[in-house]
Amino acid sequence: MHPTTLFLADSNSWIGFNVSAFRELFWDNTFDGLTFGAIYSLIAMGYTLVYGVLRLINFAHSEVFISGAYAVFFTLSALGFGGSPPGLSTIAIVGDLILAGVAAMLASGLVAVILERVAYRPLRRRNAPPLVFLITAIGASFTIQYLIEWWRGPNAENAVIMFKPTAIFDVFGTDIDNEQITIFVAAVLLMVVADTFINRTRLGRGIRAVAQDPDTATLMGVNKERVIMLTFLIGGILAGAAALFYVMRVPAGVQYNGGFNLGIKAFAAAVLGGIGNIRGAMLGGLLIGLVGDYGQTLLGLSQWSDIIAFVALVVILMFRPTGILGESLGKARV
Amino acid sequence: MTTTQPRRAAPSPANESAIRRFRTWWNSLARPQQWLGVLPIVALVYALPILNPPILTTEPTVNFPIAMFECASLVLVAIGLNVVVGQAGLLDLGYVGFFAVGTYVAALFTSKDSMLQKLPYLATLPAAMLVTTIAGLILGLPTLRLRGDYLAIVTLGFGEIVRLLATIVPIFNGQVGLQGVGHPPGTRSDGSPIFNNTDGTPWYWLTVTVIIIILLFVGNLERSRVGRAWVAIREDEDAAQIMGVPTFRFKLWAFAIGAAIGGLSGALVAGQVGFVNNQDFGVNFSVLYLAAVILGGSGNKVGVMVGAFIVAYIPLRFDSLGPKKFLVFGLALIILMIFRPQGILGARQRLLTFGRQAYQRLLGRPEQLSSDSALASDEGGDA
Repeated sequence: MHPTTLFLADSNSWIGFNVSAFRELFWDNTFDGLTFGAIYSLIAMGYTLVYGVLRLINFAHSEVFISGAYAVFFTLSALGFGGSPPGLSTIAIVGDLILAGVAAMLASGLVAVILERVAYRPLRRRNAPPLVFLITAIGASFTIQYLIEWWRGPNAENAVIMFKPTAIFDVFGTDIDNEQITIFVAAVLLMVVADTFINRTRLGRGIRAVAQDPDTATLMGVNKERVIMLTFLIGGILAGAAALFYVMRVPAGVQYNGGFNLGIKAFAAAVLGGIGNIRGAMLGGLLIGLVGDYGQTLLGLSQWSDIIAFVALVVILMFRPTGILGESLGKARV
Repeated sequence: MTTTQPRRAAPSPANESAIRRFRTWWNSLARPQQWLGVLPIVALVYALPILNPPILTTEPTVNFPIAMFECASLVLVAIGLNVVVGQAGLLDLGYVGFFAVGTYVAALFTSKDSMLQKLPYLATLPAAMLVTTIAGLILGLPTLRLRGDYLAIVTLGFGEIVRLLATIVPIFNGQVGLQGVGHPPGTRSDGSPIFNNTDGTPWYWLTVTVIIIILLFVGNLERSRVGRAWVAIREDEDAAQIMGVPTFRFKLWAFAIGAAIGGLSGALVAGQVGFVNNQDFGVNFSVLYLAAVILGGSGNKVGVMVGAFIVAYIPLRFDSLGPKKFLVFGLALIILMIFRPQGILGARQRLLTFGRQAYQRLLGRPEQLSSDSALASDEGGDA
C-alpha cells in the first residue's frame, strides 16, 4: 500500500483519507467535475436570473429542468435510440443531439413561462409578501413532480444512449472523451451567449434594469411583465440545455423527482458565486462540480460529494458573505 | 427576500368586522378568562382520536389516531420552526436536520440495535432537546452572520449533511435503521404496553400535552425581552443592532430554541413509530415544515398550528389517492397562497410586554395592527 494512504475507505470504514487515490485520479476528477459543473452552472443561471429580477428562490426550477430531460428522452426514443449506442455516423448523432436539445429547450422554456403565468403572476398582482412566493414555488415544484409521476409512474425511464464515449485527447496522462468535450464546450458556449445577451442587448438591458429597481425601470418605460417572462424563458432554455447534457451523462437519470437534488446543488452553486450574478453562477457551478468530485475520491464514498460541496459553501460564505463574485445582476456595466 | 412594494388595501370580506369585533372582545378578557375559554377547545382536541368524526376521518386507509399523532407531531415541529422563521425572521430550510437528530438520539439510547448505554425513553426526550440545541449552536455559530437567502441555502445544506451522515456513519445503520425504539412505561391490565406502535391515541395525548407545555414556554418567551429582540431583528436587523440589541446572540437563541423543539418532536415520532432509518429526512420535509409555518401565517402561533395540521392532514386524508395526494397538496398550496397570501391567520404586531395593560388604558381599543411588517401583509387581512 502506498505510504500516503493514511487509512482507506472500504466496506468497513465510512471515512477515508485516501491521498494516493486522490493524486492518481486528480485529473480524472478535474475533467469529470468540470463536465458536471458545467451542467450545474447552466441550471444555476436559471436560479440566479429569476432571483435577480424577482428576489425569488424559484424552487420549481428543478422541475423545469426535469421537464427538459423528459423532452430529451421522448425525442431520442422517437429517433430510435435505446439502451445501447446504435453506432451512427458523427453527423447523424450531432443532428439528433441538436434536435433533442431544441426539444428540451422548448419544453423547459414553456414550463418555465407557464409556471410564471399561473403561479407567480397572480401573486405579484396582489403584492404578496416575499415568503409567499417561496411557498408557491414549493407548491409548484410538488405539483409538477407529481403530475409527471402520475403520467409516467414512479420509476426512472429506460436509458437512452446516443454514443459510446471514446477518448480523443490525452492530457496529463488522463483521457478526455468526446462526451466530456461536447458537454463542456457546448455549455460554455451557451453561457457566453446568455451572458452576452444580458449584458449587450436591449432586452438584456431591460432585465438588468428591472433587477436593479423594478419601479424605476417601469417608469422609464420598461415592460416589467415582459421582462419577467423573458427571464423565466431564458432560465428555462438554459435548463433545457442542461437537461440534454445531463441525459448524455446519466442516460438512466430521467425520473419524476430526478431534478430535485441536482436543483439543490445548482442553487448552492448560484449562492456560492453570488446569487443574482450570472458569471458567479457559472463559476459556482464549476466549483461545486470540482469540489464534489475531489471530496468523493479523497474521503471514499459518493455521499461525501454532497457533504463536501455544502461544507465548502459554508466556508466560502463565512469569508465572502455575498458569494465569491458578490450580488450584481443589477449593477453590471450598462 | 425583502422587497418593499406599495400595499393595496385588501378587498375586505363581509365577515371582516365580526372577526375584528371578536378579536377585540377576546383581547379585552383577562388571561384566566381566556384560558377558561380555550378549555373546551383543548378538551375537544384531546377527544379527537376517540370521537373519530366521520368527515374528518382518514380511515380506512390510515388509522385515525395515528394520523392525528402525525398531525400533532408536525404541529410541534411548526411551533419550533415558527420561533426561527416567524419570530426571528431567519429563513431555515434545513429544519428536518434537527428533527432527524432528535429521532436518532431517542433511537440510539433505547434501541436494541445500538451499542450505546440504554436510557429510559422519557429521559431521551430532554436528552434529544439538549443534543439538538447543541446542533443548533454548531450550525448557528458560523452561519448566523449570513442573511436571508444565504442563510436559507446553508441551513438546507445542514439538513442534507445530517441525512447523508445518517446514511454513511455505521452507528446509525443507514437504511437498515434502528429497530425497537423505547416507549414510556405503563402497561394495560393484560400486560401489553400502553404506548405501542399500533395505537396512536396515548402518543397523541402525550404529544398534545407536550405541545401545550411548549406553547406556554414559547408564549412567555415571546412576551419577554428575548421575544421583543426577535421581533426587532425580524423587522429590521440593522435598526435593531443600532438600538443596542445583540442581534447575533438573539438569533443564536432563536436557532437553539427552535432546534430543541424540532428535536423533541423527532424523539416523540421515533417512539411512536418504533423504528428509525435514514429515509425520511430529505429536503422536501424541511420544505413541508416551512410550508406549514407560512401557510398558517408566519409569526402567529395559532396560525402555524392550523397550517401544520393542514399540511399533515391533507396527504393523510387523501392517502387513498396514492402519490396523487402530493399533487392535491401542491395545488392546494398554490391556490391557498393566491387567495390568502398572508397565510390563514396573519401575524400581528403587538406591544409585547405591557401590551395588555396599555391597550386597556387606551379606551380598551384593540391591539395595533401592523401595516409595514415584512411578514404581516396588508392590514385588512390581519384582522
